[in-house]
Amino acid sequence: MTNPDRAKQYLEVEHNLFQADPKNLLLEQGFTWLVRIFAFSTAGLLLWLSWIIFQDAEPAIAQFGSDFLLSQNWNVGELSFGAAPFIYGTVVSSTLALLIAVPIGLAVAIVTSENFLPVWVRSPLATLVELIAAIPSVIVGLWGIYVMIPVLQPLQLWLYKHLAWIPLFSTEPSGPSMLAAGVILAIVILPTISVISRDVLLAIPLELRNASMSLGATRWETIFKIILPASASGIVGATILALGRALGETMAVTMVIGNSAGINISLLEPAYSITSVLANEFAEALEKLHIGALMYLALILFVITLIVNLIAVLMVNIFTKKIN
Amino acid sequence: MIFFTPAFRLVVTTSLLTVAVTLGQGFTAITQALTLNGAGATFPKPLYDRYFAEFSKKYPDIQVNYEGIGSGGGIKQLIAGTVDFAASDAAMNDAEIDKVKQGVLMIPTAGGAVAVIYNLPGVSGLKLSHTVLPDIFSGKITRWNDPKIAADNPGVELPDERIKPVVRADGSGTSFIFTNHLSAINDDFKTQVGATKEPKWPGNPLKGKGNPGVAALVKQTAGSIGYVEAAYTKQTNLPAASVENQKGRFVAPSIAEANTALANIKFPANFRVFEGNPADGYPITGVTWLLVYKHYDSAEKTEAVKKLIQWCLNDGQKFNNGLGYTEIPASVAQEAIETVNSGISTP
Repeated sequence: MTNPDRAKQYLEVEHNLFQADPKNLLLEQGFTWLVRIFAFSTAGLLLWLSWIIFQDAEPAIAQFGSDFLLSQNWNVGELSFGAAPFIYGTVVSSTLALLIAVPIGLAVAIVTSENFLPVWVRSPLATLVELIAAIPSVIVGLWGIYVMIPVLQPLQLWLYKHLAWIPLFSTEPSGPSMLAAGVILAIVILPTISVISRDVLLAIPLELRNASMSLGATRWETIFKIILPASASGIVGATILALGRALGETMAVTMVIGNSAGINISLLEPAYSITSVLANEFAEALEKLHIGALMYLALILFVITLIVNLIAVLMVNIFTKKIN
Repeated sequence: MIFFTPAFRLVVTTSLLTVAVTLGQGFTAITQALTLNGAGATFPKPLYDRYFAEFSKKYPDIQVNYEGIGSGGGIKQLIAGTVDFAASDAAMNDAEIDKVKQGVLMIPTAGGAVAVIYNLPGVSGLKLSHTVLPDIFSGKITRWNDPKIAADNPGVELPDERIKPVVRADGSGTSFIFTNHLSAINDDFKTQVGATKEPKWPGNPLKGKGNPGVAALVKQTAGSIGYVEAAYTKQTNLPAASVENQKGRFVAPSIAEANTALANIKFPANFRVFEGNPADGYPITGVTWLLVYKHYDSAEKTEAVKKLIQWCLNDGQKFNNGLGYTEIPASVAQEAIETVNSGISTP
């Protein structure tokens, strides 16, 4: 039977059902409307949310305008605010996290989707990596302060001692730093990248692999030249999703980034992210302008994530077209 | 149809029942007891939790809830009128008082010391004089083996390490008490930073959220120095520095010394004190206030608030020392009770 035939058959069955009992028709229609209302109110919620944020940000937007984006000054006492250190901290720590998490996440995905390890090793491995996603970020943050930073500190000192001529490692580390934030974010987003990439890799048709193998390609040639390019759109999607998570992550970052508002090229220096300053200062913000500045920051973060998502959609489209 | 499956019916019945039971309980609770809701400073939160638990034992018909959201948050809620009372470690300024339509009374309930904790492996009994402490936090003294620090600490081997100050990331009454003291002893600090809940620290120090955040950072970072409410020094096992007081004595943060400091502070009629350097005792000592409205819409609530304040300043005070806070001097407490009894009314 072809597909249209089957659809027609279903419609007929449904039609008969309604004829049999008019009460069903009413319920069916009511249910349809209920679902529609839920769907639209979710979209409405987003618009409402943005409107509220924009309204609260208004005093700061009126006062500082676009200078806000470039100014480095954040002084609550004098009510003068600038977003540059926070935008810098958010973007750099997230990028750092991607640099660390993408190769590791891909490695996990490849190892757990290929068959060169026995199943009893592969499947617990995949489950364990997935479990990282289940840890509340506040716990990850506490682990970051008490376990990760003491472990990372000797490495940071080593980088400073031996590679201080590279600007990225040019300041004496004090523990919490941009690097620590990048590492903790990498841990948080690792499961997102590896789990989605693994599913994408598993979905690659077997014919592609067989064809490559039968042409004499080795396993790694097949992986790098056939499987990975074929799944590029999915992997890019996973990466962007992870980037979104990294940009919005709050508690884990707040605990290890050092919360120090300044722009410094050195990754060993403490920094500050948009989400951290919101978490730290919102409860205590009294002045309209202070609240406005924080809301303005929230709006900026909103726009950054929006842009990231748009880029993601575009890139996934491009890659899908290339493959086809 | 899903609507007629037994599972669906079960779900609906159970949820309806749950809703009914939860709401029902809420309603009965409201009819039985009067609830006072408060929010504010985290600094006296352990003390207030104890106060309100004991208070409810004595007056079972009054239920007091307190949420530790920070001094600034408490004042914000008080102005918005979403709480019955608030608490703050920083006295409200005139502009803030003007914003409270119902009028506000500030009642001191306890005092507390802010300890300067440090993490220097091998160094204990650090002493910090009037010249050194403000300079460390304004970034003028940057290394531990600075001759100025060494002069206060003869015989102590100070490492050649960078000093890493740790401060609060959030607005905080603890920051106010600390900067209030630094401003009182150093004019440069006063003009550069000033006494405020949200200081703009020179030199971008490390910042932790809340007392626990600062304590954790200091504990993890060798060469760091920070300030926390004195109770947190016990929790983290970090040494606290002895600080020079007005008499030139180096004093460690203890309840006895903080009590002495408080006894040396003169309270004006509205109990608002900004004393940053008491004549004797541990100098970085602050007062924490309960903020109550002058007018409540119901007579019951007015009575409940009066009872609460009376209880806190009489029976409650004996819990202060045990929890690491200082007592309010008895004469000040009596004055405060009188102020509340005559000052709060139902319009």
